[in-house]
Amino acid sequence: MDTKKEFMEGVRGGIPIALGYLPVSFTFGLIAVSGGLPVWVACLISLTNLTSAGQFAGTSLIFAGAGYMEIAMTTLVINLRYMLMSLSLSQKLDKTVTLLDRMIFGFVVTDETFVVGSLREGKLRRPFLFGLILLPILGWNAGTILGACVSSVLPMALQNAFGIALYGMFIALIVPTARDSRNVLIIIIMAVTMNCVLTYLPMFAWISSGFRIIISTVFGAGLGAVLFPKDYSDEEMEVQ
Amino acid sequence: MQMDRVLISIAIMALVTYAIRVAPLTLFRKQIKSKYVRSFLDYTPFAVLGVMTFPDVFTSTGSVYSAIAGTIVALILAYMRKGIVTCSCAAIAVVYLVESFLL
Repeated sequence: MDTKKEFMEGVRGGIPIALGYLPVSFTFGLIAVSGGLPVWVACLISLTNLTSAGQFAGTSLIFAGAGYMEIAMTTLVINLRYMLMSLSLSQKLDKTVTLLDRMIFGFVVTDETFVVGSLREGKLRRPFLFGLILLPILGWNAGTILGACVSSVLPMALQNAFGIALYGMFIALIVPTARDSRNVLIIIIMAVTMNCVLTYLPMFAWISSGFRIIISTVFGAGLGAVLFPKDYSDEEMEVQ
Repeated sequence: MQMDRVLISIAIMALVTYAIRVAPLTLFRKQIKSKYVRSFLDYTPFAVLGVMTFPDVFTSTGSVYSAIAGTIVALILAYMRKGIVTCSCAAIAVVYLVESFLL
């Protein structure tokens, strides 16, 4: 297959991703600037992090005056899912994809690029990978710049409404899987229940929001791993 | 807000995020053997996104009622497998309408 065609296929895969990022990164710019960060710092965060949940959480921890260790730990747990996605994608990369290619593409492994990449048939080659990440990078940063710049002129009701954008995206990411898998649904409910307990019971008020997320996630996913360990034997047969 | 503290925090966030993404693609390309560790990693995305969403979503807008309305609409659309663009934008629209006309 020729390089240009493959590149364009990647670009086409990135269009819906970039569109989905716009309202969310717009919200990020809005929140970051209205919380007191300069516009350029909001853009710097999007440019260097390129992750939804991780940078929202990290930024709110910065606002809360959290320590470096807490910021690092929270970022680690929230983004731990990328490790699995990268692991899975690394099995799908073509032999011609160099170390430098991997270091560039790795920067843009997100929930959405992972889904598009892993659903594509056959090995992933360089032109497709670079085509795929192009528009999501643009969309994420363009949305942030817009949100950061208009944050002060947007009417209050509209600013409030954008606050839900990130959660709308999260809900869209987890509900379809929870619908198909009872185990995943139970895990989500357990993790959220733990999070509510830690949030609302006064005796846990000393636990900061970052550690609340860490504890609840490890609790839910850990209990899930013990109660519903997946059987990977079929997959290993395939690899052999 | 001290700017140097903010910038160091951002650098930490960026480095941790990048390391998590790139390490499996470059350094260790082997499969993880333990089914418990793999299951844990498989379940983490759903647990963490659920925890990030609930209950924080209810305080993400101007009022609890608009947030509940937006959440319900997003849940229904997500259940019908509409994508992230639809869910996110519909939730924003519902919150805006509720706050402008009902509250």
